[in-house]
Amino acid sequence: MATKIIFSGFGGQGVLTLGQLVADIALNQGKEVTWMPSYGAEMRGGTANCSVIISDSVIGSPIVLNNIDILLAMNIPSVTKFFDKIKPNGNAFINSSIVTPNYMPTSESVNITAIDASAIAQKANNARGANMVMLTGFLKQTNLFTIDEIEAALQRRFKAKPELVRPNMDAIKLGLE
Amino acid sequence: MKILMKGNEAICDAAIKAGCRAFFGYPITPQNEIPEYMAAKLADSGGVFVQAESEVAAINMVYGAAAAGVRVMTSSSSPGIALKQEGVSYLVGADLPCVIVSVSRSGPGLGGILPAQSDYFQATRGGGNGDYYLPVYAPFSIQEAMNLVVKAFDVADEYRTPVMVLLDGMLGQMMEPCMLPEIKASNYDNSWAANGNSGKRPRNTITSLNLKGEGLEAMNIRRFKTYDTIKEKEIMVDNRVQDGDEVAIVAYGTPARIALNAIEMLKEQGIKAGLVRPVTLWPFPYDTFQNLTSSVKRVVVCELSMGQMIDDVKIGLAGKLPVSFYGRTGGMIFEPEEVAAYVKSCI
Repeated sequence: MATKIIFSGFGGQGVLTLGQLVADIALNQGKEVTWMPSYGAEMRGGTANCSVIISDSVIGSPIVLNNIDILLAMNIPSVTKFFDKIKPNGNAFINSSIVTPNYMPTSESVNITAIDASAIAQKANNARGANMVMLTGFLKQTNLFTIDEIEAALQRRFKAKPELVRPNMDAIKLGLE
Repeated sequence: MKILMKGNEAICDAAIKAGCRAFFGYPITPQNEIPEYMAAKLADSGGVFVQAESEVAAINMVYGAAAAGVRVMTSSSSPGIALKQEGVSYLVGADLPCVIVSVSRSGPGLGGILPAQSDYFQATRGGGNGDYYLPVYAPFSIQEAMNLVVKAFDVADEYRTPVMVLLDGMLGQMMEPCMLPEIKASNYDNSWAANGNSGKRPRNTITSLNLKGEGLEAMNIRRFKTYDTIKEKEIMVDNRVQDGDEVAIVAYGTPARIALNAIEMLKEQGIKAGLVRPVTLWPFPYDTFQNLTSSVKRVVVCELSMGQMIDDVKIGLAGKLPVSFYGRTGGMIFEPEEVAAYVKSCI
């Protein structure tokens, strides 16, 4: 059984990093995993995205175009581009700080979790940590990984700058409140 | 322990572990992480990195380092590989070993930066002048890319030939868990190298110029004898077709992974199909197609091109079975559902 995830947002919002973090967690769980960035000629202000597939068995195609299990969308173009490609009973984690109510999609088949990520990150004095706050969607709606596994992955990622782990964890914890 | 690495970067670690001590390149998407990573890492291993002023300069620097007996690599993408072809022909003519990594994008011309496989002919038939071939390895995972880069260095030294590792842009850009391969001590002769000897042995001359017809013909015949040995010993193919399969799907690189998903989907619909994945594109595993199990009634070739490898599949089959083709180009990538639907439409 494979889980197909899209991480999408503006360039600079940290969606590629977030995808790598989740892929690293999966690797450390002993799962098969692939991470693939969109590397097309994206416009400034457009979407940057990556896809991650997590599986118990060998992964064939590393590409996610349809049948998305989880969409993590940090801006409006990401919702426009990917929301319709989420499979029935799939999850959408949407940054409601940027995707305002007028743009928030509605669906009978997709489980939508609005996360006020940019605002929460500001409140945690870590404006760049909005991507981390988005991880609370996984913690609340899926069994893919725990908050301890996120912390361990952050420690691996910031081996050279361990002081960066705490502010990111603080933002996540504030998001869980 | 496995770590998560980008294909382009994993290749560099494998190359350095295999003893690569010189890299010359010029930037082009989607392989820029290779020169970037080599620039950061190669000096730590006592190696030399130069960003050349052009692809043409880079491949000629490769010629220089190879002539001095150093394990050397360059990388580029489609139009950049086109520019290197003259140098590749000279490297072959001078019997110089090197590894060329080609991370292909879509063409012709400048084309686009999205992945494609429209450089199969460029890789296996080459664009340089003269009678020559290059061993070409086509991995389908990052682990296999690492393993094959190591192998490419050994094969280059053993047979004194440039060797190409051909990836589609997706394999260069994606990340997957992988491990540095174990390196076998390779014992190759490089007493031919022009590396300075203080008059202790006769002069070594490295050139592709040979103005005497008999001499050049003898060299070409000798080189093709080496090619015969390569064909005998170095062909690699991942043949997953089993007794009972009606269709053989042929694909290499990332499309082979897409084909594996399509095969699963077909199985659910009661259609038995198996994958043939050539790993060496030259020498091509022609015999595999003569020896396909008798249950196979049709061959479907899937490429991210208008159809290039299909020519080799047809040579291999020699009319034995009907062949169909499904491809996308321009950076468009087929989905498993598309491949499955096409295969279904053929039978």
